[in-house]
Amino acid sequence: MTVPSPNVAAGPAVQVDGVSKSFGPKDNQTQALSGVRFGADHGELHLVVGPSGCGKTTLLSIIAGTLRSDAGDIRVLGQSLSAFSDRQLTEFRGAHIGFIFQQFNLIPTLSLVENVSIPLLLQGVRRREAEDRAGALLARVGLGDRRHRNPLELSGGQQQRVAIARALVHEPQLILCDEPTSALDSRTGHDIMDLLAGGARAGGRCVILVTHDPRTYGFADRITRMEDGRVEEVLSGAAVQQFAAQPH
Amino acid sequence: MYHIALKMLMADRGKYIMLVGGVAFASLLMTQQNGVFRGLLSWTTSHMRNVRASIWVVEARVVTANETKPLKDTDLNRVRSVPGVDFAEPLFLAVTKARADSGGEKPVQLVGLDASTLFGRPPVMLEGDLERLRLPNAVIIDTLATVRLGEGLGRPMRVGDTFEIHDREARVVGICKTEKHFFGYPYVFTTYDKAINFSPRQRKMLSIILAEPSPGQTPEEVAARIGRETGLHAYTSAGFSQATTDFVWANTGIPASFLTTITLGFIVGIVISAQTFFSWFLENIRHLGALKAMGASNGLLARLLLLQAFTVGLIGYGLGVGLTAIFGLIVLPFEKPPFLLDYRSLVLTGLAVLLICLVAALLGIRKVSRLDPAIVFRG
Ligand SMILES: Nc1ncnc2c1ncn2[C@@H]1O[C@H](COP(=O)(O)OP(=O)(O)OP(=O)(O)O)[C@@H](O)[C@H]1O
Ligand SMILES: [Mg+2]
Repeated sequence: MTVPSPNVAAGPAVQVDGVSKSFGPKDNQTQALSGVRFGADHGELHLVVGPSGCGKTTLLSIIAGTLRSDAGDIRVLGQSLSAFSDRQLTEFRGAHIGFIFQQFNLIPTLSLVENVSIPLLLQGVRRREAEDRAGALLARVGLGDRRHRNPLELSGGQQQRVAIARALVHEPQLILCDEPTSALDSRTGHDIMDLLAGGARAGGRCVILVTHDPRTYGFADRITRMEDGRVEEVLSGAAVQQFAAQPH
Repeated sequence: MYHIALKMLMADRGKYIMLVGGVAFASLLMTQQNGVFRGLLSWTTSHMRNVRASIWVVEARVVTANETKPLKDTDLNRVRSVPGVDFAEPLFLAVTKARADSGGEKPVQLVGLDASTLFGRPPVMLEGDLERLRLPNAVIIDTLATVRLGEGLGRPMRVGDTFEIHDREARVVGICKTEKHFFGYPYVFTTYDKAINFSPRQRKMLSIILAEPSPGQTPEEVAARIGRETGLHAYTSAGFSQATTDFVWANTGIPASFLTTITLGFIVGIVISAQTFFSWFLENIRHLGALKAMGASNGLLARLLLLQAFTVGLIGYGLGVGLTAIFGLIVLPFEKPPFLLDYRSLVLTGLAVLLICLVAALLGIRKVSRLDPAIVFRG
């Protein structure tokens, strides 16, 4: 089987066109997304915002390939996801996408360094090398001295740093985050956003971040605003700062 | 990833101990009960090891070594004349009553051997002289008999002591070691003619004919030929043991009661282990979902679950069987309860444990393969 590899040269990091998704039985369907068009570039921190239930997580899951759309075209890192088998999707995701979740989703029975090494192990990197690289990244997020501790001994903000290290450790081109700051106080949320924005711009990565949290808006390069399963508007440049300054 | 899977399993100490404990308990109960059962069963065939002969000829209707029917005296010569029989000797075998000085009546297993050959002699002499068995009134008793018949004396019976069998004096000329019998009666060896004198008169006294095949012939061939030519039932020693245990299986409640315990152990083991494994699994399903989102394939997760299940199985099985072995080592010297741990019981228990693990792992695999990795995005 051929392992799909990214085609970075081919335009934007993520290009979604006419994507629809509905849930539930035929006679009682929830239209989570209808005809969504969305794009995000390399080196960009792109926020997706909107009221609860507007379809943000659904869109993120479709980009991640953990959810299949009903219709539309999804290109991620130059590859068309609809052409992939489930197995190819899984491999592609493992190799090229990093994840950060609202609930951190660190495994509490493993040490920090083991948690962070998982994406590398899944790529077939040997344990010793994986843990070395994981340790180096933990040091970069300021947790190098706690590499052998367990996640539950850490504060929420520290846990989210570990999750960021885990999302970055295999150097993916695309990082998907769902509400990474909503479980954190504003100060730690600020630190986390700094890390993510830095990670995006420095590595030429694309970071897509779904959020409810107005404190994060000012970090964005662009903001896609959704409502009721549709994209309302895409803000960039000065419009982002204007939007961030508004009361929410 | 395999070390990650093992750490995830073992780091939850409480659950891990429950899991291993469940399997160990099931393994212990299955092998221990099986061991006691096999031990008891082996006691039903002790005659074959205390009175040794290649071929046992009995009355045609006899199906167990513990219930003989008398043969005609002429049957002995009929067996002797079957081609391939090297020699054949009579054996007297009956439970009878013995009375020691100032002691009560005690049932004993009286064994009468052919006086000239002493064929069927006790396997291990501890004291005294086998040859003196030919003296008047002479008997050789086993260690259990020294205790039982010595109760009135306040000490074990010794060589030179006397007691009565059916009001006739018996004098101890030797002490032997035997394997305990299911009925619990001590063995008293004497010669065939004295055994008859010790017993209340019956028309026919010959219980069993012991035979050996001529050189170059197998016991199986010769036994079959004796059966054909005399119409008697001729067993090999192993065949007689088998027939006897078959009889226990078919006609007593003993196997059923042990099987109940063993099955119960199996079920309790499954329930504890599978239940714990499943609740462990449910606690970790979010993490498994996260692994899936991060690119772990269904195949990899299945292998991890199998590894976890079989690790628990192997350690639990080892512990359970180890405990059984310790139990065996402790009780064996006392012969209470009897104990025989054979490889079949180990293999069967191993297979049962394998089954438990496989079922638990398959339940997990089924669930994890249907697990939607998108759950990790939900709060
Ligand atoms: N697996 C599912 N089954 C049924 N309905 C679903 C499922 N996932 C999402 N939905 C529905 O689709 C719509 C969009 O949900 P989604 O989770 O994408 O919203 P969201 O913008 O992420 O909301 P929130 O800000 O609360 O996280 C909602 O009406 C939701 O109930
Ligand atoms: Mg959401």
